[in-house]
Amino acid sequence: MKNLTAKLLLVFIIMNIPIYSMHIAEGYLPFNYSLLWWVFYLPFLFIGANKIKKYKNNLEKKQFLALVGAFVFVISAIKLPSVTGSSSHATGIALGVIILGMSEMWVLGGIVLLFQAIFLAHGGLTTLGANAISMAVIGSIISYFVYKLTIKITSKNLGIFLAAFIGNLATYSFTSFQLALAHSGGNFIQAFYKFMILFSVTQIPLGIVEGIITVLVVSILPKDIFIESEDVTLGIVD
Amino acid sequence: MKKKNRIILIIIAIIVVAFPLIFIGGEFVGADSQAEYIINSINPHYKPWFNGFSLELSPEMETFLFSFQAAVGAGVVGYILGYFKGKENGKRVQ
Repeated sequence: MKNLTAKLLLVFIIMNIPIYSMHIAEGYLPFNYSLLWWVFYLPFLFIGANKIKKYKNNLEKKQFLALVGAFVFVISAIKLPSVTGSSSHATGIALGVIILGMSEMWVLGGIVLLFQAIFLAHGGLTTLGANAISMAVIGSIISYFVYKLTIKITSKNLGIFLAAFIGNLATYSFTSFQLALAHSGGNFIQAFYKFMILFSVTQIPLGIVEGIITVLVVSILPKDIFIESEDVTLGIVD
Repeated sequence: MKKKNRIILIIIAIIVVAFPLIFIGGEFVGADSQAEYIINSINPHYKPWFNGFSLELSPEMETFLFSFQAAVGAGVVGYILGYFKGKENGKRVQ
């Protein structure tokens, strides 16, 4: 098992297969940081799970939950090439936030990360807390507020696009922050800058693609779901 | 949304994805493995302290799992979208 990641990485480079993408890899955060982010993530997981429990007798809600869950699975399995010559994937969080709410995504995002960590050596169990905070929690909260803010000012479609785009960037900015915090080498700003360039530049075109896909998917959903989910989106309170 | 706008959006998305493939090239290694390089350059003595329980899979198996994940997900998405569509059409017929 020693150096498994390094070995796999070498194989992928030689075979030119883009398998890895974003998320902090297993063991790449020191123990205390891994623990810290896990502790941060647990309350969110708990609140989200309680919210989903209330879906028990609501068939339509369950269908949306399945739809969003499946969408997140698909979109996070598809590795897209980016302008920097690296690859990464979109998160699908924004779609879930728009049709379900934030707190549901705190759980769904964690489930997808767990699947990827166990079966795909992508991300990791020790870093799952950190990855879930950046993708499922920060990503969904930012998407939510961007969506709420922009639909007041401009059109719904632009709001959806920006929610996905900015939510996506926020996720990777936060990943950079987490990495720089743990691996600053004495200079936090410089380390943050390095990770930020790597992640965010890779992520900008992918954010655009995710924004477009999210707008398209929402446009083929039945119209009346949004009116119903208007107040549901706040999620945390009830 | 108008059909024309949808097509335009799809074309833009395809261009954004295809552009680096055609004009930039490179190995398209994942951004997280590049992050590992940066970590090593900042902190050369850092060793991952946990190697995980992940299965030791050949690249073929890994590709299988990724496509399996995508296929199952796409199937569910298609099923539910089709269900909604059918429900809406049903309402119209009545």
